[in-house]
Formats: sequence, structure tokens, C-alpha cells
Amino acid sequence: MESQANKILDEVTQGDYKYGFVTDIDTEFAPVGLSEDTIHYISAKKNEPAFMLEFRLKAYRHWLTMSQPKWAHLNISPINFQEIIFYAAPKKKKELSSLDEVDPELLATFNKLGISLDEQKKLAGVAGVAVDAVIDSVSVKTTFSETLSKHGIIFCSFSEAVQNHPDLVKQYMGSVVPYTDNYFAALNSAVFSDGSFCYIPKGVRCPMELSTYFRINAANTGQFERTLIVAEEGAYVSYMEGCTAPQRDENQLHAAIVEIVAMKDASVKYSTVQNWYPGDKNGLGGIYNFVTKRGICKGSNSKISWTQVETGSAITWKYPSCILLGDHSVGEFYSVAVTNNHQQADTGTKMMHLGKNTRSTIISKGISAGQSNNSYRGLVRISKNAVNSRNYSQCDSLLLGARCGAHTYPYIQVDNKSSIVEHEATTSKISEDQLFYCQQRGISNESAIGLIVNGYAKEVLKQLPMEFAVEAQKLLSISLEGSVG
Amino acid sequence: MLLQIKNLHAGINGKEILRGVDLEVNAGEVHAIMGPNGTGKSTLASVIAGREVFDVTAGEIFYKGKDLQKLSIEDRAREGIFLGFQYPVEIPGVSITNFMRTAVNEVRKFKGLDPLPAGEFLRLMEEKKQLVEITSNLTNRSVNEGFSGGEKKKNEIFQMAMLEPTLAILDETDSGLDIDALRIVANGVNKLRRPDNAFVVITHYQRLLDYIVPDFVHVLFEGKIVKSGGKELALELEEKGYDWIKKEQE
Amino acid sequence: MQSEHKEIITKERFLDLFEKNRALLTKNDTALLAGTREKAIATFARLGFPDTSLETWNLTSLEESFNRGYDYYLRPSEEVDVQKVFRCNIPHLDTAVIGQLNGWYVSKDVPLMELGNGIIMGSLAEARKKYPQLIEKYFGTVADDAGDGFTALNTAFAQDGVFIYVPDNVKSPKPVQLINVIHHDENIFLQSRNLIVVGANAKLSLVHCDDSYNHQASFSNIVTEIHVGEHGVMDHYKLQNLNNNSTLISSVFFRLEDSASLESHYISLNGGLLRNNIRVRFNAPHGRANIYGLYLMDRKQHVDNQVFIDHAYPDCTSSETFKGILDENARAIFNGHVLVRRDAVKTDARQSNKNILLTDTARVNSKPFLEIYNDDVKCSHGSTTGQIDQESMFYLRQRGIGEETARMLLMFAFADEIVTRIDIPQLRQRIEDMVKKRLQGELQICEQCVLHCSTPEHPVEFQIDLSKI
Repeated sequence: MESQANKILDEVTQGDYKYGFVTDIDTEFAPVGLSEDTIHYISAKKNEPAFMLEFRLKAYRHWLTMSQPKWAHLNISPINFQEIIFYAAPKKKKELSSLDEVDPELLATFNKLGISLDEQKKLAGVAGVAVDAVIDSVSVKTTFSETLSKHGIIFCSFSEAVQNHPDLVKQYMGSVVPYTDNYFAALNSAVFSDGSFCYIPKGVRCPMELSTYFRINAANTGQFERTLIVAEEGAYVSYMEGCTAPQRDENQLHAAIVEIVAMKDASVKYSTVQNWYPGDKNGLGGIYNFVTKRGICKGSNSKISWTQVETGSAITWKYPSCILLGDHSVGEFYSVAVTNNHQQADTGTKMMHLGKNTRSTIISKGISAGQSNNSYRGLVRISKNAVNSRNYSQCDSLLLGARCGAHTYPYIQVDNKSSIVEHEATTSKISEDQLFYCQQRGISNESAIGLIVNGYAKEVLKQLPMEFAVEAQKLLSISLEGSVG
Repeated sequence: MLLQIKNLHAGINGKEILRGVDLEVNAGEVHAIMGPNGTGKSTLASVIAGREVFDVTAGEIFYKGKDLQKLSIEDRAREGIFLGFQYPVEIPGVSITNFMRTAVNEVRKFKGLDPLPAGEFLRLMEEKKQLVEITSNLTNRSVNEGFSGGEKKKNEIFQMAMLEPTLAILDETDSGLDIDALRIVANGVNKLRRPDNAFVVITHYQRLLDYIVPDFVHVLFEGKIVKSGGKELALELEEKGYDWIKKEQE
Repeated sequence: MQSEHKEIITKERFLDLFEKNRALLTKNDTALLAGTREKAIATFARLGFPDTSLETWNLTSLEESFNRGYDYYLRPSEEVDVQKVFRCNIPHLDTAVIGQLNGWYVSKDVPLMELGNGIIMGSLAEARKKYPQLIEKYFGTVADDAGDGFTALNTAFAQDGVFIYVPDNVKSPKPVQLINVIHHDENIFLQSRNLIVVGANAKLSLVHCDDSYNHQASFSNIVTEIHVGEHGVMDHYKLQNLNNNSTLISSVFFRLEDSASLESHYISLNGGLLRNNIRVRFNAPHGRANIYGLYLMDRKQHVDNQVFIDHAYPDCTSSETFKGILDENARAIFNGHVLVRRDAVKTDARQSNKNILLTDTARVNSKPFLEIYNDDVKCSHGSTTGQIDQESMFYLRQRGIGEETARMLLMFAFADEIVTRIDIPQLRQRIEDMVKKRLQGELQICEQCVLHCSTPEHPVEFQIDLSKI
């Protein structure tokens, strides 16, 4: 029984990555390496106003004074920043004005990834999803921009926002994640090339899901995108993010920033299905995913909810966080992180309670297989003034196989008497009893593991928008079943 | 008159639950308050007991001629108001004996009486335990900790017997009880009935009223008492269901 | 040079002190022990004293304590009247009492007792002379110098302390009460080193008290090594009742052999800055360790419990249950670390930390940390921090119990989960009483007590009779 289960575990945890193809497109690159010249090059390429270049240079100079953080439970091989190409963009044939004019290779690429850039096609019978498609360093297409603009919603690439809405960019960029925040945030602030920008005006409920799909295609490049979401008073938006990359033997760096601002009564839901190339069975290659995501609940009764399903990347270093400044504001973090083979993940959240009667919920489900290490790291801080605040955290770990690691680092700080903080965690494996029970009902062990893992992650998966939930569920099963690693 | 409630409005976090309740209870009477879920029955009980999470926004509550709202939770209790909880809280580490001894002596102190000597107290415990047919070592355990639903409710009645209140409000004491426990609980109540005390029995079902026969039945609906009558009203409700009240209100 | 007056604590001071007094310190060392000492001072030279840049020290700053300045002695002070100092014994508890004054073993009669059943008990300094082989076998093998500058420093300077040896198959007939009193007219820095060996199938109950005798500032760096042999049983009680100017770094290292069993209770009732390093290593399968902690802190008191449990072998069970009540400006830190190594299958490890904050200026940091490298384990942790349960308050008050009494009753009940685990009835009663007094704000231990006492003008009345009836 034991050995059979182990055999099946071996099988199901050693699959292949199905998004590992490379698209042959004509790409233009920045010169290899990083210097002030690189930054001038990027800024010039994007025809940016002076304040942007200034911001980038300040960030770069600050970055030079910093060193890579070492506190995470991660084993990171040294990154040589002089070997990375910091900007890669598919060459434009001419200015595009309709979908028909997008490079057919690119369209095919996104179709192959299951992302429709065709506004006429509706996903699985659901109301449309507006997509901003980013390949390497640039956004190639944003759908439904016009439909959305009727509601006063701005949804475009970051580069477009810099050109068309410089005041908004100037006002909010770096206001939640300053370039001084951490090593990778400083790097991103210096060299970020594109990303999505989203502005929901006062009182508007965004009529469709917004999403960005990130694709790394070119070799030896890093992807540094930046997303900024601003929800004005009473606004609501649900935002989704997906990502994949080709299969390569070398590690590629992805260092992104997401900033969210929620004003009074606004609500932002941010969902991620992260499926970067995780490297092969022996730990060769894969994406280094170093991401800073943070939202601020600025106004009273505002809410920011993070949901993430992390299955990819060789290394994940990511802590989507909430600053609960407004009274009665709400922060949520729902996470499923799967690591397999030699993957390493150190992920979690920070809930900073500053306003009165603020509430936060953390549900984290870690699943480790192979020889991977999966750590939850979370901070809950209730400041003195955050009276009557509440936090509930639950972080569970599921271990599949005897050679993986699961670690839980909760940091809890409470500085007033009227708040209540509760934290629970368990670590377990799929029991022989569960497997036997399924088997007795005629279910193969392989399906049983898929079932149990999905059941285990259900609390998080149900938070995802429907378009994503289906994908995530499949991804979870197959990442442990054999077709995706 | 023991209890007089006039136009009581109360709510929680700005949400109004009681919307003008009027109720009068005299010594020697048993009142039943019935009504569908979520109409404010438990809120009414909590407000009479002085639970601080509820805000009284209008109206008055007089008990033995005193303005109840001016009294703290414990002073209301010491004046003889007992609330039998629907969901009694578990208090690990506090033994029932210690808990009851503290309560009995604090109430006695309030009345200007000396604390009960240990021996007498233990005898009183034994006597009252029999009343609700508690045979086990329940009293050495922590308050409600690990008790079954029935044990919790019996424990409430036992405490009522110990404290001998003037006005006992029993909030859905019948919920979660099997028929034997129900009989025991009802017997306990009946044995405690006296001409100088009164009971307000809150219940969802008529079942309990077969055992504790009320003098008056009130129907609480959407925060107001919309119908009052004798014990036959309970039977009528049982037969016609709460939809009947809903329809009548529309 | 025997003492250094009122100097602040620095690494250089102790390195210098060691160099100048090497001959004195190593006088009775075997070659092996001298080597251990040299290695330790080298480790200390490398590590120095910990500061807040270290993750395990980031919330406990020693700067203020260090800067108070302390005397340090390499010889015990002149004879004291032991009977006068040690009044802190527990009534009706039949214990073998052994005492330490400022870290030095004190006794009226003999420095080292050898009982008929083979138990050896007394001064470590004396034992080093008399039983060098026995000491050599255990000394420095349980403690980990490399992990912490304080431990390394202690090993390098180890002179005296308590040695208890319970031979195989011997069950100590009564609990041993080890009282460590600090009493000096000037600020004092003291170190002591205790070595406890519980043999195979042996049993020992040890009540270890840290008490102050006056208001003078003190800084203690105490290291205790406890070895529990196969099927051995160790009951360990640590009672801390120190003045508000005291700093205590207490490091206790437990090593459990096959099927050994440990219960350890940390009751912290007073102290300026208390740091408890509690490290348990399962050195063989089938061990069991339950660590309990209760801390009741107020004013600017600071308590920092660091528990590390190393599940290095299969089939071991551990639990950590720490509870605290924090009043005024007190601060509590709980840092629990469970490490389950690759081969430690069938591990069962639980951690729990619960805190009640009574004011908005009290602070709690809780970090129950699990590090797990194998899938055949049952691990869980939980942490809650909040105020007294409002539901329970309402319930008690509805029964006519006054608000203050109700709060006291609930706080006592909260603490009771830990107190009730104390196996020695007289000790449990004593601690119950102390906890009750502490919560009422009138704790005193001796007649001479200088700690937060009730004043004659404001006698504290007991509103509740908590005695079990």
C-alpha cells in the first residue's frame, strides 16, 4: 500500500509543462546588462515624460545601495544583472488600430495559451473579460477599452497611461510600494517596461472582469511589469492576472510590482493564477518570481481581497499585502501554493491594521511535493490605534512525499487590548485512510490525490472568479497528475 | 407589576431589531413568547438582561418599579432577573461549584446577607441538583465545558434553582433537547413556580408549552408583539404555522 | 582581580577578563574541559552578545540592561547566613532544598551530598574536583555554545552552580528545590552553570526558583544542562519572581534519550526582563516533552520565551502551551520553533500561545514557527491574542457576579490551564495562590519581599474564595 502510493506520487508529481513553447517573432532588444544607459534606453523607447525618467533613475541609484534580501527560506543562485536583457519587445510593423492588425503570430500565441484577444468571443458563456496582453516587455493589445471607457473606466497598458493620463500615474505610482521598499521593488521601479493600468471612477461598478496576461517569450530577458489599480469612492473591480513562460534551461527573472489604491467604500478583488515555467525535474531553469504586491485601503469601509494560486516558478518570493488605513476597512488573502520537484516558494501576506474596526482574513494552503520547499510567511500587525480590529488566519500545509519541506512563519503583533487575533495551522499528509476510502469506492489513487488536493484547496479556489476557478482547478490537478509540472 | 416594557426599540450596530415592544408581566404568571426565527426574541431577552452590545434607542423597561436601563448587568441579576441562555458559553477553568458559590454569595451580599457557610452551600447544591435530576459529577466540571446540549440546559435550570430569581427568562431552553431532558427541564421550572415569581418562556415550538403551561402567549414578529392570547394561541400557531401571522400582517 | 565595579557589559570586558583570569578559571579543569572552555571563549569572541539584528533577538533589546553597569565576581562573597536568605521554601512541601546565592552554591554543611541511593547533589565546582570523569562525560555536551553568545560566555566562565546526578534506576524520593537568590548591595552580573543528569529509568522532580532579595539591578546569565536517559522521567518547574531591575537570561537545554519523558513548567510572575531559552533535543526515538508557560506581566516588564524543539528522531511527541496576561506597558514575546527533521517520522508536535491584553499599551508578539522536512507528521499550532471573552463576562455578570470579580475569575481560569498541570499538589496550591495574588496585584513571597506588595494603607481584599471545595 505504502509503496504503491509512493509510486503513484512519483508519477503524478513528475509531469511536464505544457506552456513551454517558444513563439518565433521578430523581437527588438535593449543591450544586455544594466546601467543608467539601459534606463535611458527604456525611457526613450517608451517616449516617456521627464518625471518618469527621473523616477527610474532615482530608483536605480537607490537600488545600487541595496543588497538582495536573505531572510526568506530560499536558496537562490546568484543573479548576474549584467547578463540580463531588461527590455524585449515584438517589433511592430506599423501602428495597430484593430485586432486584425495584431501580429498573427502573437494572436496565435495567445490563442494557444487559451487567451482570447477577440472581443467577439466570449469565454465559456460568461460576460466578456477585458484582457491586457503583455508579451516580454510590452503590452500588445488591450481589449474592450472602448466599452469600458463608456463607464469612465480607464483600462490600458501602463505605457499608454503614462502618455494619456500622466497626472494619475504621477499621483499614484509608488504611493503604495515606494521604490525604496525593497531590493526587487527598486529594481522594478528602475527598469519596468509595461504592465496594466486601471482606474475606476467614483461610484462605478466595473461591468466585466479585467485581466492581464503576462507572457515571457524571449530568451535571457527579465520581465519587469508594473500594475496600478485605483478604485475611487464606491467603485468595484475584479481583476485577474495570469502568466506563463517558455521552457528554458537558464533561470529568468521576473520582478513585478502591483499597487492597489481603494478609496472610501471601494472594493478591489485581485486574483492571480501564477504558472510561470517552474524548471525541470532536476531543478534546471525556471522563472525567479520576485514580486511586490500591496494594496492600501485608504478610505473607510474599503476592501482589498487577494486570491492567488501559485503553481509555477522555480522560486516564488511574494507577499500580497494590505495596509488597512481606513476605519472599518477589510483585507483578505487567500492562497494556494503548490511546489513540486525542486521548486521553492516563500509566500504569504502582511496585514497592517492601522484604522479602527479593521478586519482581515488569511487562508493559506501550501502543498509540497517532490524535493520542494514551501513556506508560508505572514505578518499580522495590529497597531495601537487599530482598536476593535480582528484577524483570523489559517495556514495549512499538505505534504506529498517524504523529501519535501513545509514551513510556517507567522509573525503576530498586537498592540491594543480590544482587538482579537487568531491563528491556526496544521500540517498533514494525505492519509492512507483517505486513499483507501477513495479506492474502495472505485477511484484510482491518481484521481483520489487530485480530488483530495482540490478539496483541500477549495476554500481558496471558491474565491476565484469563475473564469479562473475552472482553470485553477485543472491546473492544480494536473500539476500533480502528470501533464504539467 | 413585576415587569413593564413600553414601546421598546433596540438594535445592534445601527440595525433596529426591536421595533416597539410592549409587554406586562405580573408576579405568579407564566408568559410564552413565540415567533419565527430572527424576529427579535433573543434580543428582547438580552436587552432585559442588559447585554451591552445592544443599544436601546427608545422606550422604557420597568422592573419592580425601577428603571432597568439604569442598572448594570449584575445588579439586574441581583435584583432577581435570571436569563436562561439559548447557547450557554463554555468557561474553561471555572468550576461550577466555584462559579455558583461566587454568584450566590455576591447576590447575598447585595441583599445584605452573610455569605453562606461552605457546608450549607454544599447542601443547597445537592438539593438543587436533585431538582433537575443531575446525578453526575457535573458540578466539579468547568462551567458548560464539554457539556452536551441537554447537560447545558439542565445546568441553566440548576443555576436558576440556586439563585431563586423573581423573573426568569428562558431563551429557547427547549432547543436541542430530547424528550426526557425536556421533561426534566420543564419539571424543574414547574417546581420553582411560586405566587411571587414569574417566568417568560421564549420558544419556537409549542412542544415545551405542553409541559410548562403558560397563562399568556405572545407572538413576536418583525420586532413587535403582534398577537397576544391564552395558551390556545400556541395551539393555533402550531396548527396554522407562522405563515398565518405573516399573511395577517401583510 | 576579582571584581570589576559597575562597568557596562561589553564583549571586550569579558574577553579581557578571561585572558587575565585564565589560570583561576581553569584551575580544576580536566584537559577536555579546558579545551571546551577555550573553544567557548573563541565562540564568544566570534558571536559577542546578541543584538536586535538577530532574528531571535529582534524584539528584545539588552542595551538598557547592559548600560546599567554591574560588578562581576570570580569568587563567592564571604559566608552568609543561609537560613536567613532562604525563606522561600514551599510550606508543607517535603523537598531537598539546595541554594545558590548570586550564582554560587551555598550550603551550611557539605558542598556535595552523596545520598545512600547514589544520588549526588551539590556544588558543581566541588563535583568537578571530586568526579571529574562524570562531569566530563556530560558537561558542555547538552548545551549548544555555537547558537548563542550568552551560552558560550557561560561555558567559558563556568565555575559554580548546581550538579545533580540521579543514577540509573533511581527515583528521587522527593522533589529537589533549587533556589537561586540574588542579593548584593551593588548592581551585579552573575553567571551560574547547572548540570542535571537523570539516568536511565531514573526520575527527578526539580523546582527551580529565581528570586530577588532586594531592588538592586542584576543581570543573570544562567545555563542549565539537563540530560534525561532512556525511559528517564524529568519534571521541571521554573519559577521566576525577580525584581523590576533584574535581567535574566535563562537557557535550559534538555537532551532526551530513548523513551525519555519531560514536563517543564515556566511560571514567570515578575521580572524586569526575562528571557527564557528553552531548547529540547530528542536524541533518540519515542521521547515525549510537554512545555508549559505562564507569564503574568505588568508595568514595563518584558518576557521573551524562545522555545526550540528539535525532532531529530522518529516517534517523538512534543507540545508547547504558553499563556500570558499582560497589563499596563508590559510586553510578551513568544517564539516557538519546531524543527522536524527528514527522518523524524511519526512526529507529533503542537504549539499553542494565548494572550490576554488588559491595556492598549501592553504588547504581544507571537511567532509559532513550524519547519518540517517530512510528510509523516502531525503538527499544529495556534495563537490567539485578545481581551477577556465578552460572552463569558456577560454570562458571569448575568448570574449576579460583579464586573471586577468576573474579570478576576476569568483571568484565573485562563491561567489555570497551566497551573493545573503542576503535578506536585503542594506546589500547585502554592502557585495557585501566587497567581491569585499576582492577579490581585499583591504578590509577595517572603516577609522581606520588595516586589509590588500590597501596602498597609491599601490592603487587598479577596473577593472570591477560589479554594477548591
